[in-house]
Amino acid sequence: MAQDGTRPGPGSTGGIDDAGPATGTVLPGPARPGADDLVQLIDSHGVRHPHAHYDALVADIDGPALQKLYEDMVVVRRIDAEATALQRQGELALWPPLLGQEAAQIGSGRALRSDDFVFSSYRENAVAYCRGVDLSDILRVWRGNASSGWDPYTINMATPQVIIGAQTLHATGYAMGIINDGDDAVAVAYFGDGATSQGDVNESMVFAASYQAPVIFFCQNNHWAISEPVGLQAHVPIARRAPGFGIPSVRVDGNDVLACLAVTREALARARSGGGPTFIEAVTYRMGPHTTADDPTRYRDANELEDWAARDPLARLAALLDSLGLLEAEYTDSVKATADAVAAELRQGCLSMPEPAPSDVFKHVYSTPNSWLDRQQDHYERYLASFAQAPQEGPR
Amino acid sequence: MTTSRTNTRIREFRLPDLGEGLTESEIVQWHVAEGDTVELNQIIADVETAKAVVELPSPYAGVVVRLHEAAGTVVDVGAPIVSFDVEAGPDLPTAPSAPDQAVSEEEAARDEPAPAKREPNLVGYGAAVEKGGRPQRRSRGLSAAGTPQPAAAALPAASPAAAAPSVAAGTAQHRERPRSTPPVRKLARDLGIPLDSLTGTGPGALITRADVLAALAGAPSSVAPTVVQDRPEALPSPTPPTQPGARETRTPIRGVRKHTAAAMVASAFTAPHATEFLTIDVTPTMELLAELKASRAFEGTRITPLTVVAKAVCIAIARNPSLNSSWDEPAQEIVQYADVNLGIAAATPRGLLVPNIKAAQALTLKGLAQALGSLTETARAGRTAPADLAGGTVSITNIGVFGIDAGTPILNPGEAAILAMGAVRSMPWEYRGEIALRSVMTLSLSFDHRLVDGEQGSRFLADVGTILRNPAMVLTMV
Repeated sequence: MAQDGTRPGPGSTGGIDDAGPATGTVLPGPARPGADDLVQLIDSHGVRHPHAHYDALVADIDGPALQKLYEDMVVVRRIDAEATALQRQGELALWPPLLGQEAAQIGSGRALRSDDFVFSSYRENAVAYCRGVDLSDILRVWRGNASSGWDPYTINMATPQVIIGAQTLHATGYAMGIINDGDDAVAVAYFGDGATSQGDVNESMVFAASYQAPVIFFCQNNHWAISEPVGLQAHVPIARRAPGFGIPSVRVDGNDVLACLAVTREALARARSGGGPTFIEAVTYRMGPHTTADDPTRYRDANELEDWAARDPLARLAALLDSLGLLEAEYTDSVKATADAVAAELRQGCLSMPEPAPSDVFKHVYSTPNSWLDRQQDHYERYLASFAQAPQEGPR
Repeated sequence: MTTSRTNTRIREFRLPDLGEGLTESEIVQWHVAEGDTVELNQIIADVETAKAVVELPSPYAGVVVRLHEAAGTVVDVGAPIVSFDVEAGPDLPTAPSAPDQAVSEEEAARDEPAPAKREPNLVGYGAAVEKGGRPQRRSRGLSAAGTPQPAAAALPAASPAAAAPSVAAGTAQHRERPRSTPPVRKLARDLGIPLDSLTGTGPGALITRADVLAALAGAPSSVAPTVVQDRPEALPSPTPPTQPGARETRTPIRGVRKHTAAAMVASAFTAPHATEFLTIDVTPTMELLAELKASRAFEGTRITPLTVVAKAVCIAIARNPSLNSSWDEPAQEIVQYADVNLGIAAATPRGLLVPNIKAAQALTLKGLAQALGSLTETARAGRTAPADLAGGTVSITNIGVFGIDAGTPILNPGEAAILAMGAVRSMPWEYRGEIALRSVMTLSLSFDHRLVDGEQGSRFLADVGTILRNPAMVLTMV
């Protein structure tokens, strides 16, 4: 992988186009040569490479299943584009685009069972899509319409965490609870390369290893923590840190949806069978800005974006489907129609979202009635009511 | 998005807050023209905020009926920038904010001094700007002292000077806001009654709802005339009492004016300016210009004294490079530029702009003339690209075109020198031991004394003067 000179340290090197031989799993212990190999099943040209270890894990993914994964990625890319447009049109205050990270999110998201529980950052809208979130619920927070978008238990996904890395603690705690319940569900924490510098993430890994909790640390290394390149905070591949905590880790090509599916399935199986946590580093790229309020051209080399555009997750799967004769016009038309319909639904849901009532701010603060809060709400409502009297007395 | 009152087919699109907490943005370029049919999310414009240049996707499918602002304009967030006729497009759901908008339009239609608009402030447009200045915190000390009357009533006790109408008006702005409750303040604002004009009858001189309603009914008992109206009878005044502001026009400070002011203040108070003057006989330069204008090589090229001065500056900088440098305070470094990015101050419809010619030292005299021509033409048409405004290293301002001889120019921020060229005048001048009528010009050079000492500044100015005095002297310099 070509690197520009702005990113010091070997941590940013990926070797993403070199299909890794044998297994990419790193066992606890000293780093060994080859530990940084990427698991890759579909290369950036759309060529499927056999893999001794991971092929078995995706043996069920036939043509139609690949088509479904492709449709998912097209749809979430469209959701992302539509939400970005809505922000530019003044309908959303802010939006964090996921452009470029579709494969990492769809591949991992589609591996999960409905009773697994996701704890994500604010960029995992494709994971939320996999969980079956109501589309307008994704936008609710960004429209300033609610403090959180959905009831976490309806889709078994916590509402997005804005505090960087804090969700890893929630996931680990939830996973410790799963042990107590004697269940075989798995908690999955999604976070980025920047979050790995946070104390929370490191503390989580200590607890996850100590309790052998069924939790997956799914790190999307998208190369940029806002304007800070990953090489600044990781002088070795991020996946190499986990073995130090006693957690097996794997580096996967995050733009290869099939490889992401495979490594996530492996980690899920390990967790369900009492094997404890796994750390997955999905090496991908944030092709857009950090958020709609950011201008990456100020800190990022345009050549780098070009390099990664050549590894686009959608383009490579399309190339693979084409080579399999599965990219006929009828199919692509139906995918486009689905994406158009989803985009229209998203826009409609955004524009017709009712404004919240002022007293809504008191909802969901406590799970049970609280007299102290009730009193505040009563005061606030009487205060608001005092405005309503004015028009009747004045000549309005 | 506001629905027009007269024609529901027409939808206005107001500039949103494209970043977080921005108040204005510049329309860099329109990708559509009036009359164009656009699709939903089609890119219609490039907009530059303080944070980024972003593309604006169309919020409607329809026909562009009006572009409210030209490219190059800095627009306040919330101002309409484009209107669409959405007849042709699909019927889109109305934004939930529309009912509120309708209400605020009605409010605006009434003669209210400051209509209190209820605008949704969470989506895209940020909180409405408080026009009444900074929010004022009530002084704890004052209320604790148990002062029973509002500040307005206390004013007459002030010194006679403070009672003069103009001073009183000024004082009134800084006076503490009379005490009341938010609902009463809203009522008063809705009714157009200034709280300053009321005397509160509530506890601690609190203005109550009854006070506001009594003022509306004209009950004199509770309405104290405002200070401004009250004083003229007490103090004879040479001019009839007028509302403050009646004989003055107030223009919000924004756009290029705002940026110019900020740049000038930043420059004047960071770079210690020194200015030198040199008056020279430029008759040989004028003769050269006449010759060049007549020559075939320069046919169709606009060549002026500015062209020669620009060339002379480039040559003189090669001999005195410190004039083409910059002071990097954060890095504690002096930046020496290899290229002369020559800024030319231009009076444009938008105000003062200083677009620059990149690597001007590499241009021939003719190339320089052509670059100057297109640069000023673009600037006057208001189409200067942001890139042309950035990266200047040294500037020329031609005050001669206004008939001015000399001045002390303020440096374009970040640059080490700026040369002002005065008007070319026919003046009696010493010529070969006698007095003759000669073409004379004064050059004024300001430089950043942190970067340039008097020696280099003087040598540079002398070099430019030497070239203008006798262009052939260039032969000895390059």
